[in-house]
Amino acid sequence: MKPKAAAKPKSKKVASKKSDAKNGYAGLVELRLYVAGQTPKSLAALANLKKICDAHLTGRYKVHVIDLVKTPQLAQGDQILAIPTLVRKLPVPIRKIIGDLSDLERVLVGLNLRETGIVN
Amino acid sequence: MSCSSPGVPAMGTTVRHFPIFWRNYALATSRVRQSDKEKPRQLEKALTGIAGFDQVTNGGLPKGRPTIVCGGPGCGKTMFAMEFLVRGATEFNEPGVLMTFEETGEEMTKNVASLGFDLKALAARKKIMLDYVKIEPAEIEETGTYDLEGLFVRLQYAVDKIGAKRIVLDTLEAVFSGFANAGILRAEIRRLFRWLKDRGLTTVVTAERGDGSLTRYGLEEYVSDCVIFLDHRVTDQVSTRRLRVVKYRGTSHGADEYPFLIDDQGFSVLPSSSMRLNHTVSNERISSGVPDLDAMLEGKGFYKGTSVLVSGTAGSGKSSLGASLANRSCSDGRKVLYVAFEESFSQAARNMRSIGINLEKHRKKGLLRFEAWRPTQSGLEMHLLRIHKLIEEFNPEVVIIDPVSNLMMGNPHEVNSMLMRLMDFLKMRQITAMFTSLTEGSRKEFEQTEVGISSLIDTWILVRDIELNGERNRCIYVLKSRGMAHSNQVREFVMSSKGIHLLPVYIGVGTVLTGSARLNQEAREKAEGLIRQQTAEEKIRVRERRRKAVEAQIASLHLELSDEETESSLLAAEQLNKAERLAQDRFEMSALRGGKSNSAGRAKKVG
Repeated sequence: MKPKAAAKPKSKKVASKKSDAKNGYAGLVELRLYVAGQTPKSLAALANLKKICDAHLTGRYKVHVIDLVKTPQLAQGDQILAIPTLVRKLPVPIRKIIGDLSDLERVLVGLNLRETGIVN
Repeated sequence: MSCSSPGVPAMGTTVRHFPIFWRNYALATSRVRQSDKEKPRQLEKALTGIAGFDQVTNGGLPKGRPTIVCGGPGCGKTMFAMEFLVRGATEFNEPGVLMTFEETGEEMTKNVASLGFDLKALAARKKIMLDYVKIEPAEIEETGTYDLEGLFVRLQYAVDKIGAKRIVLDTLEAVFSGFANAGILRAEIRRLFRWLKDRGLTTVVTAERGDGSLTRYGLEEYVSDCVIFLDHRVTDQVSTRRLRVVKYRGTSHGADEYPFLIDDQGFSVLPSSSMRLNHTVSNERISSGVPDLDAMLEGKGFYKGTSVLVSGTAGSGKSSLGASLANRSCSDGRKVLYVAFEESFSQAARNMRSIGINLEKHRKKGLLRFEAWRPTQSGLEMHLLRIHKLIEEFNPEVVIIDPVSNLMMGNPHEVNSMLMRLMDFLKMRQITAMFTSLTEGSRKEFEQTEVGISSLIDTWILVRDIELNGERNRCIYVLKSRGMAHSNQVREFVMSSKGIHLLPVYIGVGTVLTGSARLNQEAREKAEGLIRQQTAEEKIRVRERRRKAVEAQIASLHLELSDEETESSLLAAEQLNKAERLAQDRFEMSALRGGKSNSAGRAKKVG
């Protein structure tokens, strides 16, 4: 599971556009996960992210995994310091969650998905 | 002391002996080192290019190691770091990476543009790479463990891109505000310093001063090689900046606090000059520009490379003496730096024109550099630093500081040591310096002023006012002049459109007269002389008359005498005639009575 998930630079899942969320954001949730090599922390973060997305954002999310060891020039754009960092690009404003995403509840709070009506 | 050397018993004697122990220990170890076959490799240093700093540290910052520059807000940490980076890139061909945590690249570019650094151009030439690290705590949520690998990645990327040798992290501590887990941060910072060292990157890390510690987050714990502390303090509403090398492992360095300055040419530190008195001396003489004053100094003037102090009360002509020296030196083709704290150039030029000195001419020729600024503009150190810089830049042979007393603010002890540094510096460079000094107060204090700088001075000229008979006159004398038989006279100091002249004063019975009193006295003496002369002439005339009278008398007597003589001879002749006639008569009578014809005939003839 570990090497498979991390080796994929881009794991993309497109969902059908449902507008059942009450007055909420109906579009895609676009996420970026910054890692640096296949460190245990990075792998844990990726696994945790997968779990969260599958549980709460089925079919409505898009995740880019960016390995800074391969593309260090991308670190500056999203102001990445800590590794791993999960960046919510959409919906705006940008939110960042650092760490291995082990605390699911805090990830949901951090991504601010409840307030925006994305997650019930 | 006890806190700096833990484990030492609190007993006074032990504490006192402690340094001696360490000294012996150091001596012993150094001996061992010398006996080693392999000479220990000296700590390599990277020149910063910051004026004065490389002297203080004997060669700059430790090469390939991190250095902490700490201090309070606005003390110049960033400027120091920036100059280190820019000079490295431009002067030592060591490209550098600037990682800012507080200011954006654009802001930084603007900030350092005031120092004359063009970051944009340097970035375009791949000499410098800017990376602004923005930390926004509000948009960051922490879940689980993390590290700062992103920072390392970014640094590595920047270093690789331009082949950087130098790094500036300004202000690294900002990460503490962005991330909550201090444990992780500390571990990561430790790793970062190790990482920098392993790559041989000469790094400057700036850090904010903390309460009771050098840095707020104790960064100095991680950087054990070099710590520089910058201080910015305000005394009497005047700010002074000071730099201190708190720690520099493996090398000797100046331990004092050194004043520094940030101006349009960047950062400059004023190193204290060597305290050894080993400057070479010159026998060359420099004219003071006043021939009469030169005459008082063996007829030749000051020794080259000495310090001259001209002190006196307000308006006693100190500046004029300074201007005379400047004028003469410029005419002799020497470069003169004139630092004025009271007059602007145009004012000084106009004023000096009134005593026949044309400063404008020399300035146009480039021999005279006239710098005027307000003494209250900055602290003493800043003034001295500015003078230092001017001297470095202009390389004059003569420096005139008018008046040095304006620099005497704040702690007299500090002032003294600062001026000593300046004088030492001037002497080292064989610069003839003239300091004018304004003295205030009563006459008694005249010779004990100048906050003790008088002992540093080689030639001390005193100009003082003498107030007498409703006027003020200037007197000048040479209080001391090392190495020459100077005049001991008090001279009157007269300024006219032809320049400065020193006149011998009237020294009468117990008084020294100057000005109109001297003129009066001279006039009086002249009148008295005239009268004396007149009486003498009169007497001579009387004598002459008497002599003539006597002579006349003598002449008349002579006449009388000669008359007498004629008369007496006439009388004698008459007497003779009478006697003859009597005798004749008697003869004729006798002839008549009984005699013959011939005696009768003779008697008829006579009658």
